Amino acid sequence: MAVPTSGTAVVSTPADEQILITRAFDAPRDLVFRAYTEPDLVSRWWPGRRGEMKVCEIDLRPGGAWRYAMVAEGGFDVAFHGEYRGIVPGEKVVFTEIFEMPDGTLSEATLNTATFTEVDGRTTLELLTETSSKDVRDMILASGMEGGVQEGLDILEELAIELR
Amino acid sequence: MARAATTTDAFNAVAEPRRREIIAALAGGERPVGDLVAALGIAQPQVSKHLRVLREVEVVQVRDEGRRRLYRLNGLALKPIHDWVRQYEQLWTERFELFDDVLDDLKKEQGDGGAD
Repeated sequence: MAVPTSGTAVVSTPADEQILITRAFDAPRDLVFRAYTEPDLVSRWWPGRRGEMKVCEIDLRPGGAWRYAMVAEGGFDVAFHGEYRGIVPGEKVVFTEIFEMPDGTLSEATLNTATFTEVDGRTTLELLTETSSKDVRDMILASGMEGGVQEGLDILEELAIELR
Repeated sequence: MARAATTTDAFNAVAEPRRREIIAALAGGERPVGDLVAALGIAQPQVSKHLRVLREVEVVQVRDEGRRRLYRLNGLALKPIHDWVRQYEQLWTERFELFDDVLDDLKKEQGDGGAD
């Protein structure tokens, strides 16, 4: 398992159907959990530097719904929604995630697990995305959003450096 | 949307585990097919089939040296894949940088005695 370096999200692939994003934060677990689950706070980081949050609804309880929508630079909307499956306050959130495609159709749901682990006042967030079927995985593969490629990333990175 | 055929799409070509093993084996340098058969532990026709797919998307190139055919990686064909993963990682890196700012504010709140 890659150790997250400061400031960098580490994307890896524990299995062919999975994508894992890992990042360490210099803050205790309860604060990281708040930043991950409170709408006012999520609205500040989820769009990245690529747009503005338009909708941030979080009903943080099993069976509760969530929906994030942003207006990206260039004016188009990007939206995701899902349902909470399990919550351990301060420790874990399990939820489904569905991408709302621009033509109005919905992607297959993925099952995501966010895990918060504190050591010596620093908290590691692990965000695991599990696709629900081979079809979903293949769709993700076809779109290029493929974690499996990451296995070879060290090799690819060396090649890319050579190509600069 | 229909999937691109495997043979025209480097992303799909590289998604197959055996083909990733071939890429890894070739990362160390040019090799004849016999070396790849030994490295992967599968039959030569399988290896040849995968090499053909990789050649069609130009991830692998071949040249003849005397009686041997030597296979090598073409890094340029892999670069879009590398860039894509990097792009995904970049989005999350951006998000987490902003997440750090949120945490700084929360820590200040607590430090000001505003804990409830």
